[in-house]
Amino acid sequence: MLTNFMAWMDKRLPLTDAWNKHLAQYPAPKNFNFWYFFGSLAMLVLVNQILTGIWLTMSYEPSGDGAFASVEYIMRDVDYGWLLRYMHSTGASAFFIVVYLHMMRGLMYGSYQKPRELLWIFGMLLFLVLMAEAFMGYLLPWGNMSYWGAQVIISLFGAIPIIGDDLTLWIRGDYVISGATLNRFFALHVIAMPLVLVILVFLHILALHEVGSNNPEGIEIKKKKGSVPAEEQSKFAFHKQYTDKYDIVDAVPFHPYYSVKDIMGVAGFLIIFSWVMFFAPEGGGYFMEAPNFEPANGLKTPEHIAPVWYFGPFYTILRVIPDKLLGAIGMFSAIIVLFLVPWFDRGVIKSVKYRSKLHLVNLIQFSICFVVLGALGTLPATPVYNMIGIIATFGYFGFFVALWFYSKNEKCKPVPERISH
Amino acid sequence: MSNVPVNNGRRRFLTAATVVVGGVGVAGVAVPFIGSWNPSARAKAAGAPVEVNVSKIEPGQLIRAEWRGKPVYIVRRTEETVSDLAKHDDQLRDPNSEKAQQPVYATNAYRSIKPEFLVALGVCTHLGCAPTYHGSDFDQFVEGVSDGFFCPCHGSKFDLAGRVFQGVPAPLNLVIPEHSFTSEDTLLIGVSADSSTGAV
Repeated sequence: MLTNFMAWMDKRLPLTDAWNKHLAQYPAPKNFNFWYFFGSLAMLVLVNQILTGIWLTMSYEPSGDGAFASVEYIMRDVDYGWLLRYMHSTGASAFFIVVYLHMMRGLMYGSYQKPRELLWIFGMLLFLVLMAEAFMGYLLPWGNMSYWGAQVIISLFGAIPIIGDDLTLWIRGDYVISGATLNRFFALHVIAMPLVLVILVFLHILALHEVGSNNPEGIEIKKKKGSVPAEEQSKFAFHKQYTDKYDIVDAVPFHPYYSVKDIMGVAGFLIIFSWVMFFAPEGGGYFMEAPNFEPANGLKTPEHIAPVWYFGPFYTILRVIPDKLLGAIGMFSAIIVLFLVPWFDRGVIKSVKYRSKLHLVNLIQFSICFVVLGALGTLPATPVYNMIGIIATFGYFGFFVALWFYSKNEKCKPVPERISH
Repeated sequence: MSNVPVNNGRRRFLTAATVVVGGVGVAGVAVPFIGSWNPSARAKAAGAPVEVNVSKIEPGQLIRAEWRGKPVYIVRRTEETVSDLAKHDDQLRDPNSEKAQQPVYATNAYRSIKPEFLVALGVCTHLGCAPTYHGSDFDQFVEGVSDGFFCPCHGSKFDLAGRVFQGVPAPLNLVIPEHSFTSEDTLLIGVSADSSTGAV
């Protein structure tokens, strides 16, 4: 019965073929480690955000007069409303934790290098859209931090010469942030951005499956057709799209090997996620900031205004540069340089495991600077913090400059032909 | 297909013509989508002038008024403050108010109509936060200057004429809105006494 049904379907839609190509017969390197959990976890969180988001819109009122009260209504009067909202707000922070670790993985193992540049760019576009999505979502509760956070970020566009002021007016749709701004952000947050996100995820995975997954060793598992004796090739059956062009070694099918592994990751993730969601949904004031429990007030900026933690690194770069236009340029450059990593890195050895000590040190200093910048973004702007912020900003951009210089003639360790273990 | 005789010139012309006509169509369709993001007629209409009674403000006190949804700061400066304004000119970006951040009648040493009253938009010229007023403890931010505004967002500093200090992210002095005094004690925000000099 089921076989007949599948046969009927397959004649009309390549269902089995797609299942095999992307899951059951997709060759994945056999040595994925802990760092490879975060791609699938990002998808899990995306599904969580979409589902809880749809449910939240059912009770939320997108208007300057009603938004704040409707969020309180969700929290107090709607059955399980508090849970859906905490799933959504904790999910937002979890999304960035997972995505930052996912990006770190790419940097460590050179997953952006040729031929995976486009895959990396799709990933960076996802990151950019995710930031826009999170920023617009943060305005919706219409708390005082929502209001002033949006005020600061929209005013950034005012730094653009000549058209700046008109542009900010156009984005706000009013002379100040108002219900008009809230409504358009709501439309973008619940319809436009999620659509773009889903399309980009689709392209990201399609590009991944075209070039194949990298791995902690940075050794390609697709060898030239005919170069590997049959007894050394992987014993698993892979889709002909891969085996027609290459001899596959050291690989296992994604399903069931990594689908099962990812379930372990999901279980571990959900334990931590649930703990935060049930016992610390405000994340100690970092996931939900105290001034946001007051309604938006256009006349009163909170004493200490800070972005949500995940914008911290970029916010600090904006803040430590004592010039409006240069600060905004610095902040956007910090994101643009990430897009260009595949071209800053002129080396051919992918994994940090086989690259020079210098590269390892550079990666470590970059990670430290990123975390320090993030921490500073949530702290007030004192002269000492500013000084530290400037040093960390240099460290952040220094990573890319240094990479460009030393990667040309880098002293790397010999890379084995095959993944051993 | 390969045996079919092809008139490449005609094909190129038709392709180009389709692209051009289609492009014009897309540009035309984009107009309402982009235009609908402009402030609505309702938003434009909500900008009436605001009247404030300044007689009850104590020297050194700041009161806030709301005009077009933005905070307007009104400070009754003490005589000491007014006479101290000239003392820190060398630490300011634009001590003489050369940038057009104020109406012509406020382009003076006090950036105001009456030296006693500062009327300024409480909107930081960096990224639009509302700076906080420090009436007596401003010297923690700038040594030797006892009163001014400090923006909590990114640490920009302004003196009590709304003039920005050097070395902070804000590029310009605080905006002085059009305003006028309709009587000794009544301040009208949004309208100049002589509207021909009102351009900011």
